Amino acid sequence: MATQTEATRQGTSPENMRIGLFIPCYIDLIYPEVGVATLELLERFGLDVGYPLNQTCCGQPMSNSGDEVNAAAAERLFIENFKGYDCIVGPAGSCVKQVRCHFDSLEQTDDVKHVRQHTYELVEFLHDILKVDSFPWAEFQHSVALHNSCSSIRGLGIAKPSEIMGIPFNKTVDLLSKVKGLVLVPVDRPDDCCGFGGTFCVTDEAVSARMGLEKAHDHVRHGAEYVVSPDMSCLMHQQGVARRAGLDLKYIHVAQVLNGGPF
Amino acid sequence: MPTSKISRETILSAIRNNLPQRQLEHPRIPGFQRPAGPLKPVFEQRLQEAGAAAHDVGSVAEAEAKLVALHPGAKVICSAVPEIAGTRRVETVHDPHELADVDVGVVRAQFGVAEGGAVWLTQEDLVVDALAFLSQHLIVLLDPSEIVPDMHAAYRRVRLNETAYGCFMMGPSATADVEATLVHGAQGARSLNVFFLPLRSA
Amino acid sequence: MSNAKRVDPAAAAELFIIRDQVHEPMHDRFLWATMQRRDKEAAAIPEWEELREIASKIKEHTLTHLDHYLEEFEANATKRGAHVHWALDAAEHNDVVHSILQDHGVKKLIKSKSMLQEECGMTPYLEHRGIKVIESDLGERIQQLDGQPPSHIVFPAIHKTRQDVAQVFARTIGTDPHNDDPHFLTEAMRNNARPRFLVAGAGMTGCNFATAETGTFTVCTNEGNADIGASVPPLHIASIGIEKLIPRVEDMGVFLRLLSRSAVGTPLTQYSSHFTGPRKGGELHIVLVDNGRSRRLGMPDFWHSLKCIRCGACMNTCPVYRRSGGLAYGATYSGPIGVILDPTFDEFKYSELPFHSTLCGSCSEVCPVKIDISDQILKWRRVMAKKGYLPLAKRLSFAVAGHVFGHPEEYHVIEKAAEPALDYAPHFLVYNRSLNPWARDRELPQLTKQTFREWYLANRSKHANVQNQS
Repeated sequence: MATQTEATRQGTSPENMRIGLFIPCYIDLIYPEVGVATLELLERFGLDVGYPLNQTCCGQPMSNSGDEVNAAAAERLFIENFKGYDCIVGPAGSCVKQVRCHFDSLEQTDDVKHVRQHTYELVEFLHDILKVDSFPWAEFQHSVALHNSCSSIRGLGIAKPSEIMGIPFNKTVDLLSKVKGLVLVPVDRPDDCCGFGGTFCVTDEAVSARMGLEKAHDHVRHGAEYVVSPDMSCLMHQQGVARRAGLDLKYIHVAQVLNGGPF
Repeated sequence: MPTSKISRETILSAIRNNLPQRQLEHPRIPGFQRPAGPLKPVFEQRLQEAGAAAHDVGSVAEAEAKLVALHPGAKVICSAVPEIAGTRRVETVHDPHELADVDVGVVRAQFGVAEGGAVWLTQEDLVVDALAFLSQHLIVLLDPSEIVPDMHAAYRRVRLNETAYGCFMMGPSATADVEATLVHGAQGARSLNVFFLPLRSA
Repeated sequence: MSNAKRVDPAAAAELFIIRDQVHEPMHDRFLWATMQRRDKEAAAIPEWEELREIASKIKEHTLTHLDHYLEEFEANATKRGAHVHWALDAAEHNDVVHSILQDHGVKKLIKSKSMLQEECGMTPYLEHRGIKVIESDLGERIQQLDGQPPSHIVFPAIHKTRQDVAQVFARTIGTDPHNDDPHFLTEAMRNNARPRFLVAGAGMTGCNFATAETGTFTVCTNEGNADIGASVPPLHIASIGIEKLIPRVEDMGVFLRLLSRSAVGTPLTQYSSHFTGPRKGGELHIVLVDNGRSRRLGMPDFWHSLKCIRCGACMNTCPVYRRSGGLAYGATYSGPIGVILDPTFDEFKYSELPFHSTLCGSCSEVCPVKIDISDQILKWRRVMAKKGYLPLAKRLSFAVAGHVFGHPEEYHVIEKAAEPALDYAPHFLVYNRSLNPWARDRELPQLTKQTFREWYLANRSKHANVQNQS
């Protein structure tokens, strides 16, 4: 059964794939517009996108704290929700990394392996699977600082981290450069962690807040109006710090820019 | 059995019990491609970056003049090379403490390494190892034809089984322990000057 | 296990940050600049990533044949006239060193930097027995005079400003407290240390690499202090951790190309000194030290940490270390490498260290021997969770959250009950409302009245997967 499904999947071109939309819990609750933008954007490419209504959380907060026991229920549910899809796409690098890299405590059944191998972060899905070459509907007349999250860079490889030597690449930049009017501003520390780190942001509050504040100052110093990221969780933290410090920066997800809203 | 022998057996048997399952092979170290071109300018560039300087000296007389020009106030010049007499021969030194008053030490390096601007000095070159470290300043003679491209080549050249002491020395003593500010002359030599003087001039 | 008090790095880091507007920004800036120099030097080597891979494999090969290479090293070093001792733990190391010093009637010892000797608590041990021990590395000496351990394995006093150093020197060696020029301070220490080198009865060093093929050990310094200690006093004692072994002379080329570039962004250290047997007229003792290393070799998740060459690159790149200062880790080893090494010495005492990380992963990518530091940090968190060392509040709330996230019907009840979600969000983020540290330096997220799920049901319900309806 699984083998047959796999065979079918192998020959599937992107247009015929069934896509499972993975909306992480904090996006569901706090940033629904990011979920809407992601769904609309995927639909623009004529994809068949389903949204399993029983999804909750990928288990990352527990798993990252070492608590595999309490993460397991969420992870099992995730597999149940998404095992029937050819590809699973989520607008959140750290949550996708959790699924792909850290679903270790589950028994590695064919379903688990399939889900882990076919769960994509939105940017890499657009860049590597759909190979999108234009976003004609999108226009963004603003200066933008890009924050690729650590999970996306070092966990999923959507950009070359500064520590690794070799030819630079940055999939998010590739996509954003196709948006009319958008000006990317260089920053001093493009891939230094912003200090969110999941539960770290509350268990290590002082260090986390300091890192976030320095990140915001880096963005302000270079004239950014907007900070754009494939990871809203980093931005939730950065936005909180910037607002408290009275810094005039707006924070949105890359899906909102590429889809042309909603903002 | 002395304690250390018991510990030796205990440690080795603990290691044997705990060796990881996979026995991994030693990787081959490939020959890396080097950019073509003369090595001397690369060596000089790197030497400067390490806080040292290189000088082309055409003759022994020129070398001696350069030494005086660089260290006009030097009272004790201890030499380990036949070309430069100095005020003290290192061969006459029996105890390294006798080198505490040396202003300038003069030695010859067997070869240089372009990659870092380092020179290779052994106990045989220094005669007394401390000459390289108690001297306030160092002059290192180097045959410009004796420069190897990188550390891989350098380690093919050294004979560690033939000398009790060998040092890749890359410029003078340095520290950045106070506010990450680079300062030369922390404990070892305050300055290092390389004189390009072929061996045949001796 | 241990009766030691649990180290709280988050609280200590907070003190470093709120101390003033000077220390933490300076610390961060210097280490960031060091990283940039490292990046530049590494980028100039086309085979950099290949070198890392080779170095990693050489270390893995050596560690999986460690008994063999230790015996080879011992045989060759002995053949060259070195006295080789073995020490099971810190206590035996200190005792062996003390015995050698006693046999030679040594009362004054000058030493260079050695993390292993630090790990063994050697200096207090010897001083307690009437032996005067002087650190000769400038940063180590600053820390010794100030009564503090090193805060960084390469820059021991990097958390101090020049004014701090001027104050320490004024208090201890009588310099002008108002002169904080690094050149002046370095010169003052040079002049203070020189006579001490000359009267020392023994010099001690650590070791960066021990080459089995020849019985050679290599010590890398920038100051030349290890070489003075090894070349002036008649007796040289070197402490060598058993993981420092490498098989062949040829391997050294790989490691020396990586070490200083990774550490400080220079092609080599100023001095890379190779000791093979005693120098002419001198005596050489080598102490091979286990102190938990053979046990670590048997830990499948953690033995790769034995590959570490102590370059400190993971500390420089670590955004958390840069804001915390090394002393916040309350251990011999700080930063990411400390987070994975320290618990092998005392799991309870260092149980909070693995949580003092954002898991950004930069440490693993910068490591010249490709230790999976970030993954090991996560694995240590699992160890701490299994042992019940998770902070209690976190453990209780995770049990609740874990249950809720596994049961969509309950999740959706909570989701709906959150009115508005504003009330729920901080709880959801913090898992403990009584602390609520989110809001200390941050505004709460602005929340909407409609979740994505509600929007979807309202706008796309006809597409909704029926079998998934709750």
